[in-house]
Amino acid sequence: MRVPQPVSGMLADHLRRRRDGGAKLLIPYVTAGMTDDWLVAAGAVAASGADALEVGLPFSDPMMDGPVIQAASLRALQRGTTPQGVLADLAAVDLGVPVVVMTYYNLVVRMGHRRMASLLAESGVAGAIVPDLPLEEVGPWAAAADEAGVATVMLVAPTTDAARVGRIAERSRGFVYGIGRMGVTGEQACVASSAARVAGAVRDRTDLPVCIGIGVSTPEQAHEVCRVADGVIVGSALVRRLLDGGGPDGAAEFTAALRRGIDTG
Amino acid sequence: MISDRGAAPGHVMGDPGPTGRFGEFGGRFVPESLVAACDQLEHAFREAWAEPSFHHTFEALLASYGGRPTPVTECTRLSGELGIRLLLKREDLAHTGSHKLNNVVGQAMVAQRMGKRRLIAETGAGQHGVATATAAALFGMECVVYMGALDTERQALNVFRMELLGAEVREVHSGGRTLKDAVNEAMREWVATVEHTHYCLGSVMGPHPYPWMVRELQRIVGDEARAQCRIILDGADPDLVVACVGGGSNAAGTFAGFADATTSQLVGVEAEGGAALTMGVPGVLHGMRSALLQDEAGQIREAESISAGLDYPGIGPEHAHLAAIGRARYVTADDAEVLDAFQRLSRTEGIIPALESAHAIAWVLAHAGKEIPSGSTVLVTLSGRGDKDVSQVRDLLGSAAGTGQRV
Repeated sequence: MRVPQPVSGMLADHLRRRRDGGAKLLIPYVTAGMTDDWLVAAGAVAASGADALEVGLPFSDPMMDGPVIQAASLRALQRGTTPQGVLADLAAVDLGVPVVVMTYYNLVVRMGHRRMASLLAESGVAGAIVPDLPLEEVGPWAAAADEAGVATVMLVAPTTDAARVGRIAERSRGFVYGIGRMGVTGEQACVASSAARVAGAVRDRTDLPVCIGIGVSTPEQAHEVCRVADGVIVGSALVRRLLDGGGPDGAAEFTAALRRGIDTG
Repeated sequence: MISDRGAAPGHVMGDPGPTGRFGEFGGRFVPESLVAACDQLEHAFREAWAEPSFHHTFEALLASYGGRPTPVTECTRLSGELGIRLLLKREDLAHTGSHKLNNVVGQAMVAQRMGKRRLIAETGAGQHGVATATAAALFGMECVVYMGALDTERQALNVFRMELLGAEVREVHSGGRTLKDAVNEAMREWVATVEHTHYCLGSVMGPHPYPWMVRELQRIVGDEARAQCRIILDGADPDLVVACVGGGSNAAGTFAGFADATTSQLVGVEAEGGAALTMGVPGVLHGMRSALLQDEAGQIREAESISAGLDYPGIGPEHAHLAAIGRARYVTADDAEVLDAFQRLSRTEGIIPALESAHAIAWVLAHAGKEIPSGSTVLVTLSGRGDKDVSQVRDLLGSAAGTGQRV
C-alpha cells in the first residue's frame, strides 16, 4: 500500500511547476471499473504524457455525461464497481502522476463528506471534481476536503459571469476546470468559441492553472485549446477507444498522440 | 434562518428564499453550466408572481382555456359503502385530462417573458408531455418531449397525442427507460440549448426554483378545493386531504391550499414500488436534495410501478420536509390495490381515474372505517382521468374484465 502523501496544495504546485516550466497540461479521463484492465490502462495513459489523471467514479445517473461515458459508467456498474473498490485499487498502485477523482455528489452524500474526503486522501488521491456541486452548495464538501488535504477543483462555464468566475476561482483548489462548451461530455467536430472565452475569463481572475474540458476530442483540438488555456482534459475520445477494445496500448497510443499534438501542433 | 421560517406556524408552505431550501431538503445541485439559467428563471418567476397582471392573465387562461375551476364532486355511492364522506377534486376534468396544464401554462408564460421560444419536457405517463405540447401549441412555441422507451410502449396513445399537438417525442433508451431517465436526458439537452430553451419540468422536483415554482403554479388546485369544501361541508374543512405522489405536484398544489389555512390531515400516497419517502434515504439527484431510492453506494435504484407517472425513485423536496416536520404523512398503495380502486371508482361513481390518482383512492378504500374513522370527511385530489390507462388495465386484468358479453 502506498504511503499517503501530504497532498495539500500538491496538485496546484505540481501543475503550476509544469506550466511555469513552459509545458501545457494534459489531463486524460478514464471511467473507473469500465474494463477488467482499467487500472492498467490508467497506468499506461499516465505514462504516455499525462500531467495528471482524472478518474471517474461510475454513477447510475451521470447528468453531465454524453453517451460514451454513460456507456462506460453502465459497464463499470454492471461489473460491480463501487467507490470503495476503486479507491482501494488506487491506493495499491502508483500511477506516477496526481490523480483527481470525478464523482457525482450523491456518492459523496451517501458515504458522508468526511469519510469520502479521508478515504480519498488515504488512497493518495490529490483532488476531486464534483460536477453537480456549484459554488452555493459546495461548502460542506469543500470544508471536509480541505481538512483532508484533497483539492476541490471547481468548474467555470461559458455562462458564468465575471464576478462569479472570481468567486469560483477563489474557492477552487488544484486547478480550475473550464467547461469548453455548453453541453455534456462527448466528442465534437470542432472546438467551440466559448472555450477561449472561458479560459480568458479564468486567467483574468487567478493564477491557478485553467484546463479546458468538455468537447475536446483530438490532438489538433487539444493543441488549439492549449493556445489559450494552460491545459486540456480529454475524456470521451479516450473512453470510446477503451470501450471499443483498444486496451491499455490503444489508450497509451492515443494519449501520446494528444501529447504530441499539444506540444507540436 | 430559512429552515425555521419554513417550519413556523402559518408559513409551512411559504417562499423557500434564495437558497430554495425546505428545511434540509431542496437546494440547487446543478452543473455550473445551468446555474445562470436557474438564476434567470428564479428571477423571472419571482418578478412575474409578484405582478397582479400575471396572476390575472394566468387565471383567465386557466378558466377560458383550461376549464377551471374544476368541481369538487361528492361520491355518494362510494361514501355510503365506506361510511365516510368522500369528496373528489376533479382535476380529471381539466383540459388535457389532468392538473398538469396549470403548471405548463404558467411556465410557458414565464418562458415567454425570458424570451425563450422552445420548451423541452420529460414525461412518465405522458400527461405532462401532453400538457407541455398543448401549451407549446397554444403559445406558438417549439416543443420536444423526452420519454422513456418503456413508457412510450405502455402509453403509446399519449405519444401520438403529443405528436398531433406538434411536439417531437424523443424515446430515451438509457437506464431503466422510464421517468428518471427521461429527466436525465432532458437535463442534458437543456445544458446544450439553455440559451433559447426553457426546461418545463413537470413536477415539484429538480433544482430551485422548480419545486417552489411548480407548487405555486399548482396551488390553484388546493385553493379552489378548500373554498369548495367549505361550501359543501358547511364551512368546515375536510378531516383528511389525500393525493397521490410521484414527484408530487398535484399533492403539493393541493396541500398548499390546506397546510397553513386548515388543520386537515395531509396524506400523500406513493406507489409501493416507487416509495421514496417510505423506503428511501436522503441524497442528491436531478438538482435537489430529497429522499431517494438508492443502494449502499449511492447508486439510484429503479422504481417499479404499474403507473408510469409514479415510476420515479425520488420525491419533491418539500414533501420530504413536510414529512420531516410532521405536517403531512406519506403512505403507500400497491399495484393490486390500485387496480381494484381503478375499477371500483369506475363502477360506483362513473369516474375512471388515472392509475396515478387511483393510488390515492386505493389508500382511502383500504383504510376507511379503520385508520380513517367512520364519519370522516375525506378530500381526494383526482389528479387525472384514466382514458390513457384503459388499454394497459385491460391487458393487466386479462379476460376477466376485458371481454364484452355477446347477447
